[in-house]
Amino acid sequence: MKLYVKFDFNIICKKVLEDKLTKYNLKYRILSFGEVEILENIDKEIFKQLTKELNEYGIDIIENQKTALVQKIKDAIVEMVFKEDAPNVKSSVYLAEKLNHSYGYLSNLFSDVTYTSIENYIIIQKIEYTKQLIANNKLSLTEIAFKLNYSSVAHLSTQFKNVTGITPSAFQRIITKRREIANKK
Amino acid sequence: MNKEYIYIALADDDEDDRLFFTDAFSELKINTKVQTFNDGLALMNFLNSTNIFPNIIFLDLNMPIKNGIECLEEIKKNPRFNDIAIAIYSTSSSEEHIEETFVKGANIYIKKPSDFATLKKTLSDVVTINWQYHTSGLNKDNFLLRI
Repeated sequence: MKLYVKFDFNIICKKVLEDKLTKYNLKYRILSFGEVEILENIDKEIFKQLTKELNEYGIDIIENQKTALVQKIKDAIVEMVFKEDAPNVKSSVYLAEKLNHSYGYLSNLFSDVTYTSIENYIIIQKIEYTKQLIANNKLSLTEIAFKLNYSSVAHLSTQFKNVTGITPSAFQRIITKRREIANKK
Repeated sequence: MNKEYIYIALADDDEDDRLFFTDAFSELKINTKVQTFNDGLALMNFLNSTNIFPNIIFLDLNMPIKNGIECLEEIKKNPRFNDIAIAIYSTSSSEEHIEETFVKGANIYIKKPSDFATLKKTLSDVVTINWQYHTSGLNKDNFLLRI
């Protein structure tokens, strides 16, 4: 038997954080996604242990300020792309307001750390979401284009092809064939 | 400022191609560590004897002893190698062929460029997008790129 599951990363991460922090009896506050305030002094050994246990879940404690801000930019972008009622403002305005820095500063910092631009990263995330929706097989490409605020299906198709080098229908074909093979095993 | 790097492996029986490949990476902005193998068997022997896996493996399709497709199938069969992205690096550009390698589990298909400047640009694009998958926790199952 084969099951297809759908998961919410935010909930998983939050649950893991809560479990681990509670395990060490730490007083904490989860401020926003990706930001936790520990309300007491933490023993060095415990901190080391906590870091190790979180690492097993792929959660890293970021110590560098710049990397932390880049992570916030990424989180804001993901939220912007994946949220149903996406804000109807330009992404540059949205990010600058949300993170309280000028867009120029954010943009330079982002490129330094990630080797790609914010604009490009937004496109990558939108195409990722498109892939996920195509793989789920529930929405047509037209519906996906509408959901992700593309002006037309053609625009989405072209961007998909530019980013991945293949067309959305080829992508769907490949994913379907892979599943058929996996199911036969 | 970035201590992190991408660990890359290449299996290609052509010595010139291996040299071009290594040179192209040494000129990129992203930190990389490149290891090359003369054929598929050498690559597989290495993978089966190590615990530190490359982030991405480039496979030439036409190699003696063990070719690229055989390596791809072997890598995909072993769950130990789940996190490795596979790039097919080939001179062929037949549509059917390309789709078949994707179905078999390849993530990237690269048509070998004929000049060094294009090669550098291509590899830079591949590594940059792979870096995003590596650092942003994107779903590797949906990672398909043809370039």
